[in-house]
Amino acid sequence: MNPEPRIIGFCCYTCAYAAADLAGSMRVTYDPAITIVAIPCTGAVEPGVVLAAFEEGADGVFIAGCLDGECHYKSGNLRAKERVRALCAVLEKLGLETARLEMFQVSAAMATRFRDKATAFAARIRALPPSPVRRREGRGE
Amino acid sequence: MTLESNLARLLREGHFAVTAEVGPPKGASADPLLQKAAALKGYVDAVNVTDCQTAVVRLSSIAAAVHLKAAGLEPVVQMTGRDRNRIAIQSDLLGAYSLGVRNLLCLTGDHQRFGNHPEARGVFDLDSIQMVAMVRRLGDPGEFLCGEPIRGERPRFFVGAVENPFAGPLEMRVRRLEKKIEAGAEFIQTQCVFDLERFRRFMAMVREHGLHRRGRILAGVTPLKSVRMARFMRDQVAGITIPDEVLARLENAADPAAAGVSLCVEQISELRKIEGVAGVHIMAIAWEQIVPEIVRRAGLYPRPAQ
Amino acid sequence: MIVAEAKPFAEVAGMIGGCRRLLVVACAGCTAVCGVGGVRQAGELAAALRIHFRLKGLELETEVTGVTRQCEPEFVGELAEAVARCGAVLSFGCGVGVQFVADRFAGVPVFPALNTRFAGGFTVSGAWEERCRLCGDCQLHLTGGICPLTRCAKGILNGPCGGVQDGRCEVGWDVPCAWMLIHERLAALGRTELLRPIRPPRNWAHTSAGPRRQGVSTDDSGK
Ligand code: SF4
Repeated sequence: MNPEPRIIGFCCYTCAYAAADLAGSMRVTYDPAITIVAIPCTGAVEPGVVLAAFEEGADGVFIAGCLDGECHYKSGNLRAKERVRALCAVLEKLGLETARLEMFQVSAAMATRFRDKATAFAARIRALPPSPVRRREGRGE
Repeated sequence: MTLESNLARLLREGHFAVTAEVGPPKGASADPLLQKAAALKGYVDAVNVTDCQTAVVRLSSIAAAVHLKAAGLEPVVQMTGRDRNRIAIQSDLLGAYSLGVRNLLCLTGDHQRFGNHPEARGVFDLDSIQMVAMVRRLGDPGEFLCGEPIRGERPRFFVGAVENPFAGPLEMRVRRLEKKIEAGAEFIQTQCVFDLERFRRFMAMVREHGLHRRGRILAGVTPLKSVRMARFMRDQVAGITIPDEVLARLENAADPAAAGVSLCVEQISELRKIEGVAGVHIMAIAWEQIVPEIVRRAGLYPRPAQ
Repeated sequence: MIVAEAKPFAEVAGMIGGCRRLLVVACAGCTAVCGVGGVRQAGELAAALRIHFRLKGLELETEVTGVTRQCEPEFVGELAEAVARCGAVLSFGCGVGVQFVADRFAGVPVFPALNTRFAGGFTVSGAWEERCRLCGDCQLHLTGGICPLTRCAKGILNGPCGGVQDGRCEVGWDVPCAWMLIHERLAALGRTELLRPIRPPRNWAHTSAGPRRQGVSTDDSGK
């Protein structure tokens, strides 16, 4: 259990970020533990950036991009899916739960779907213990 | 100890030769080999001993050949380039000759990937053609591959090679056979023939090039023991083709093993009719005890005296 | 180009074991081109290693940098200060690069992050194929520009062997038989007579045996 998780959501500017924005104006709320980072395209989220988020103490990271076939850069979202798969393998090797990383897809109009997905992810992260990377952070050397 | 190869003499005298094949055991006793050999004695002119066939470790072919010789059979030592470089090959051949081995079959060798040590480093310093040429030069003019003369007795092997008429375009196969004969191969044992039609075409081309006069060609045959074995050979063993009608005969037979033997006997009689076929090489894989029956029924018994 | 692949993570983590500071050096040459040795991959591995050690209660500090080519002493020399700061190097160069780094910084442990595989190129994006065994005795004029030493599973010079079936090599049905390719190519060129002579055994002294091979430039255009 983790009452105060830190969750980073990398959201594509043209879809997921817009959906989050729309959710805001519709007063549809999602878990406040989520910090959204706007990015031009999920294809631009390099694996190193995701690893950096975990290293800095994130308990969970999601990447939210456009629906298949709707990427503004043609195939950035497909590349992101591939990377998430590869990153899950890295997390596994490091001994971190792969549940801490997820990719989902929404369109700019899907405010409630965004809310559902983000909330479900956050609930999953809350059910996990705090990230061990973070937990040991305080101990120092 | 006979000085000349019996097989060489028989072929030169125009007899239709019969050779068979045994795989040495996977242990350090020659007994299993000698049991197989006992069944073959008197029915074949020479026996090939395989050299870690399909890259599976077995008792050495030269040692096995010496055991066979002691048991009264004439061995044909198979030597591949997969596990030995030119130094090891020449050294082993001097040793083999000193132990009375007179027949040698040179092969490139099955890739180690199929064996029980797929991690092994394949040597392949020489291919079969280069090996044939090297061995002929050991005998005459009696020099090592490097050109240095051999001191004392030279190994004068009766040198053979293999050919697979079923791997790739016929034209190319005949050309490669020609290279082997050019390199000095005196006899050729072919991959097992199931597709007689194709083999006839192959032999026609061989005759066109006059190769049957320069090297003695022994056609390979294999009795099929079961439908499963036939399918396995067709699908899994590189370089073997089994036509559908051959498979069908086995499938429709009440006793597939008996059908396999009959088929083999028929194949031999067909092969004997082909001009340029100087003998047969019976590869009864793990079924050596059937060889006498095949030889008898094919009308090839008794064998000419050694 | 030299083609390399990433070593398993556990192997790298194991070899750097007790290091607390590590200079992670990418190479912008071949290994970057084949997508395993560039600054990006170096950075990712560095992050993964840091997390790995932190989970063990240890701290690893890394400094990620890159050089144009690790196989040139001049470029490697640029690392001097950073190496002095860190005291250990994880190299993303090929085997040549790792050794040049080790040569230059004799007192410092140098670890390879990659397995160097072969000299080749990519056929389609992301898929590499070996094309040269670096044998030092090129015979491609005799074989239609297709190297049997490299592309035939047995490296034979008088092929094809008896294992070829339907144009494919006996070692695997997805690998074309190099000798079939050679035959086809020479037939198309009308030069099959090149296949007639028996190719003699190879002189391996040019290749694998003995001490390292050395070369001297014969190009004087720069003088
Ligand atoms: S099948 Fe062709 S490529 Fe494969 S080992 Fe034989 S000759 Fe070489």
